[in-house]
Amino acid sequence: MSERVGMEIALAAAETVALCRPDVIAAYPITPNTHIPEHLSDIVAEGRLDADFICVESEHSALSACCGASGAGARAFTATSSQGLLYMAEVVPIVSAMRLPIVMIIGNRALSGPINIWNDHSDIMSQRDVGWISMFAANGQEVVDMTVQSFKIAEHRDVMLPVNLNLDGFQLTHVVEPMLFPSQEEVDAFLPEYEPYAAVHPDNIVSMGTLALPEIFNEVMKAKDEVLKDSKKVILEVWKEWEEKFGRTYKPVESYKTEGAEILLLAIGSMAETAEVAIDELRDRGMPVGLLKLRLWRPFPFEEIRNAVKDVKAIAVLDRAVSFGGPGGPVFSEVRSALYDEKVRPTIISEIIGLGGRDVPVGDFIKIAEKAARVAKTGPEEEYEIFGVRGS
Amino acid sequence: MEKAKKWPEDWQEIIPGCMVFRPGSAREYHTGSWRAQRPVYDNSKCIKCGMCYIFCPEGCISQDADGYFIADLDYCKGCGICAHECWPGAITMVEEG
Repeated sequence: MSERVGMEIALAAAETVALCRPDVIAAYPITPNTHIPEHLSDIVAEGRLDADFICVESEHSALSACCGASGAGARAFTATSSQGLLYMAEVVPIVSAMRLPIVMIIGNRALSGPINIWNDHSDIMSQRDVGWISMFAANGQEVVDMTVQSFKIAEHRDVMLPVNLNLDGFQLTHVVEPMLFPSQEEVDAFLPEYEPYAAVHPDNIVSMGTLALPEIFNEVMKAKDEVLKDSKKVILEVWKEWEEKFGRTYKPVESYKTEGAEILLLAIGSMAETAEVAIDELRDRGMPVGLLKLRLWRPFPFEEIRNAVKDVKAIAVLDRAVSFGGPGGPVFSEVRSALYDEKVRPTIISEIIGLGGRDVPVGDFIKIAEKAARVAKTGPEEEYEIFGVRGS
Repeated sequence: MEKAKKWPEDWQEIIPGCMVFRPGSAREYHTGSWRAQRPVYDNSKCIKCGMCYIFCPEGCISQDADGYFIADLDYCKGCGICAHECWPGAITMVEEG
């Protein structure tokens, strides 16, 4: 293993994608993911990567080009953010239905409007139920590691599903961090050459993207759901292999200082790193509080969540997206669903925070943990809260 | 990988990505069942120009041994484009009983 290299995380993501030797990259620039395809186009132009970089005219075309390339047996990659993901939306569920193992990095950004280029998770949450594997990185090292893992998971013969890897726009994409990069040899050993299940070619007889009549559509959707749920086995295998080879551990739900904790915060994405500082401070004050960091979003790790919250009195789930007119943040509603059938379950509250790039300082996590400790005794005070809103 | 059945019975039989590994399988799906009207040819008016054959979006019109045109009702969806394009008025759209 080489020494740590300081680099902007978006560039590190591009360098890591190049290590994975994609055949086709099709992307359209949109803040804050832009540096990823931009740097990949540099890498291709410099001759460091033998890939076709397709400069498409839109994100719809970006994912469509990847769809065609993947159908022809290529390892395909794209990246986007926010409105770009929405512009792809028509193609997003088609790619998973066609079982094409495309990898997409999403530099998470608020959806318009009002127009806002900064981070929250409303983009990926709008594309939640599309049959993709969806994971969140919390820092640059995880972006590097999970990029390589994503290709391996996606292409596994028992999976054959697209993967989206989410990293917070600006908080991660534009931050310089010292990271360990695997060597080309290590990546080649970990990630074998892509062998497609089928590939469109004049010599092969295969039709992809076919029609399914009402007589079969329920069965097709069931099959799509089952393969996504089953992919967790492969995800866990790949993470175990990564740990053995590179020494860094990956779990669907990571825990931090949860030993003896009565109160838990549950966060997703980069804010989980800030939350650790708050946990340290509260533990120093003697408060029995811990942190869960959700890494795997789809398939949702129900069992891991249930196991992680046993013996806990209250959980505050921190969401970076609003489910307008809904039950609370999207992560919250999944966590609450996971616990509904438990005989003993903690009080659970939804705190929506850090929208459109609003900073989430350590003090906010402390206030939320204190609120969780309070509601553990008295019960929830409201359906959900958009935290820190002036005037409320 | 090949499936001889028209479609799988159970969800476990679904081929990944619903890929089809044999050519011409769409032939087995008779889209003619969607039809509400069918084209009826009056060959006394037909000048064998082939406009119906050219414009048929389904590609289901062919020429017989005498040079007249016939629509394959297994696939004809009854859209009426052939009747609309037939300028001698040899084709009439008739309600399916």
